[in-house]
Amino acid sequence: MSKNNKIKRQIENYVFLTLSFLSAGFGLFFLFWILGDLLINGFKYINLDLFTHDPVPPGMEGGGLKHAFIGHIIITFLGTVIGTPIGILAGIYFAEYGRNSKLASILRNIVDIMVSNPSIVIGAVVYAILVKPVGHFMGIAGGVALALLMIPVIVITTDEMMKLVPKETREAAYALGAQPWQVSFQIVLKAAKVGVLTGVILGVARISGETAPLLFTAFNNSFTTLDVTKPMASLTVTVFQYAMGPYDEWHRQAWAASFILTFGVLIASITARYLIQKKRT
Amino acid sequence: MTENIKIQVKNLNFYYAGNKLALKDINLPIYEKRITALIGPSGCGKTTLLRCFNRMHDLYPGNRYEGEILLDGKNILDKDVDLMELRTRVGMVFQKPTPFPMSIFDNIAYGLKLQGIKNKTELQDRVEQALKEAALWDEVKDRLNVSAFSLSGGQQQRLCIARTIAVKPEVILFDEPTSALDPISTSKIEELIVELKKNHTIIIVTHNMQQAARVSDYTAFMYLGELVEFDSTDIIFTKPNKKLTEDYISGRFG
Amino acid sequence: MDKANPYLKRAKILEYVLKVVLGTAAIFIGLILPLTIFFVLYKESSLAIEHFGVLNFLTSTDWDPVAEKFGGLVPLVGTLIATFLATLIAAPISMGIAIFLVELSPNRLKSIFSTAIELLAAIPSIIYGMWGLFVIAPLFGEKVEPWLQQKLGGVPLIGKLFEGSPTGIDVLTTSLVLSIMIIPFMSSVVKDAFNMVPPIMKESAYSLGATKWEVIKQVMIPITASGIAGGLILSVGRALGETMAVTFLAGNVNQIPKSLFDPFTTITVALANQFTEADTDIYLSSLYFLALILFFMSFIILYLSKFMLLQIEKKWKV
Repeated sequence: MSKNNKIKRQIENYVFLTLSFLSAGFGLFFLFWILGDLLINGFKYINLDLFTHDPVPPGMEGGGLKHAFIGHIIITFLGTVIGTPIGILAGIYFAEYGRNSKLASILRNIVDIMVSNPSIVIGAVVYAILVKPVGHFMGIAGGVALALLMIPVIVITTDEMMKLVPKETREAAYALGAQPWQVSFQIVLKAAKVGVLTGVILGVARISGETAPLLFTAFNNSFTTLDVTKPMASLTVTVFQYAMGPYDEWHRQAWAASFILTFGVLIASITARYLIQKKRT
Repeated sequence: MTENIKIQVKNLNFYYAGNKLALKDINLPIYEKRITALIGPSGCGKTTLLRCFNRMHDLYPGNRYEGEILLDGKNILDKDVDLMELRTRVGMVFQKPTPFPMSIFDNIAYGLKLQGIKNKTELQDRVEQALKEAALWDEVKDRLNVSAFSLSGGQQQRLCIARTIAVKPEVILFDEPTSALDPISTSKIEELIVELKKNHTIIIVTHNMQQAARVSDYTAFMYLGELVEFDSTDIIFTKPNKKLTEDYISGRFG
Repeated sequence: MDKANPYLKRAKILEYVLKVVLGTAAIFIGLILPLTIFFVLYKESSLAIEHFGVLNFLTSTDWDPVAEKFGGLVPLVGTLIATFLATLIAAPISMGIAIFLVELSPNRLKSIFSTAIELLAAIPSIIYGMWGLFVIAPLFGEKVEPWLQQKLGGVPLIGKLFEGSPTGIDVLTTSLVLSIMIIPFMSSVVKDAFNMVPPIMKESAYSLGATKWEVIKQVMIPITASGIAGGLILSVGRALGETMAVTFLAGNVNQIPKSLFDPFTTITVALANQFTEADTDIYLSSLYFLALILFFMSFIILYLSKFMLLQIEKKWKV
């Protein structure tokens, strides 16, 4: 091996590893840039009025986003309540009953694809099924759309976490004469409960940041409402409307709402990740 | 001494999914309230044979049995056999301790609850009795409500044994029960297994020949999916009939 | 054993019931839901399909709500352009990040770094959009794009890409923000693939005197090729369906962009902006047709991605 060749190889090594460092830097740079802007622009506009007042007419100073906070919580809650049980049940099926079935593994792959399905498509479909027949936008339709987005996330995590439970533990339960459902619900699900909970947290984090599916379902509302059969505001749709609007006060409130939304979602994601990591080790 | 046959294996073939023949024409008696050891080099089919006795293979599709395994004269390979019932009659202890994610008490009570026993006093009595039989009672009686995972490996394995005997199985299968344990825990488990033959018929798979010699009354030597030799443990370890057995016992291969 | 034990009998009945319940949930989410999505979209777009015909719709650049003439070519091309450019930016950077996370990062910091990168995926897409509109668009419109135009505008061939008046609401900023959004998806898939490479394979290359980069290039990347492809395709699938981030920055102008500085539209932008405004049946139906095209494209692409990833899992997962 010639000396030149060796130097060339070392330079190439150095160049590419530096590029790799820079890529990581690029990713982190944008993460901190976005979070920094949210912190700087969002934090200073947070005040009590934001949570306790409905909006004032466009262009005027003051007012709050109470309608959007309450609507957001209601819609997310509806989505979670509808989505969680279905997601966990289907996850159990794939983990325990579908383990050795070809059909189940095909369905399981489709669920995996549904995780990345464009969320705006779900919105359009729920519009056709629920909103159009009724004749107006509804908070509950938003909840259904979010549930449909959340279910695949929960199915996949439940399935993966239940499959981490050692084969021997399942066999030991069978060896005592347990029925498959007893093995699933009383042993495996129990052993995987932290993982399953993580899936739910991930699902909530995912849907609480969604905008597109709400545009055509829950739509928007300038007032606080608790009636899920009426159009309902959400933080995300409100941020969309306010950021695209012409008023400075709207922009300020959009920053503040974005700040709260983002850090809420990030805390949920970090918690979920932490729980998964603890489970895997 | 007179020996009753508890299980009679007759012309048993076993195929894993994909038609892979794993057991070839096995014929073997298992005597009641005796300990039978299954020995042989890894891959010889001893664990496969053990898992036929409680039809554990049925958990995975594509596995197939031929022949008969008569438990008290009834073929347990028949289609109409209730697997859940069979498994309460034939218990199993695994290679690694398999505590369930619940308290010590609930672990032992689990099998009982599966049978619909709900009466609190009865549950308490049977849990205590099982733990005593498994020589674990003194170590855990003050902390029955803590998680089973807080026990040491050897204690966990005795817990699993207690869980198995709590449902009063007639037969207990041990699949290399001490392979994950230290020598002291191992000798405790071995003592326990010998103790258990008073009330139970025992089949144990082990790759540790000293263990087979120490605990068992009968030994079956298997090789490449076939039963090479079956006899009393004394004979197998002192004057086996087959050259192959002798080679294995004396450590010439395996 | 008592065969008539009522408790055991009940456990068995429950077994049947629960199997049906669990199976129904699985079939609902794995089969009924995707089929429902498809049929609903198809039914709602049937008016547009009948009226314009599939081929005509796909090749027409019309988008005239007043004359009720609609064609999907412009948003379709817009979607493809934004996706292509975003992937072009994201792919090398994602590879770099994955290599960093698996091979270069100190062990202690690994989980912190990978959490940080994955947080990029957790930030809601509307935040990307708003941030892009308030921060990236002015910065690019006033500083970066004029500078690019000045430096590269005169270069033959590629100069054309930098024509027009830079506003920051255009193809370039949309693709950039979109690329940041898909980076975490690709990098985490590639990272997982790299982690599946058995250490022995790497060690045997090192023992022959290979440098770290040579091990990566000659051992890890070839072994994980299908995983990398899967990650790439997954991020393409994600980019196709992304809505909010692009809606803020694309400009919603129904034209095929000729320069990186032109405003444009995509399928998702058209849907988000016009869906609730569509006042005629044919208008709404045309939007549904776009949604159907989007669903169809992303389903195929994501399936392909899944297929590639299954290949590598089959090969290396223990």
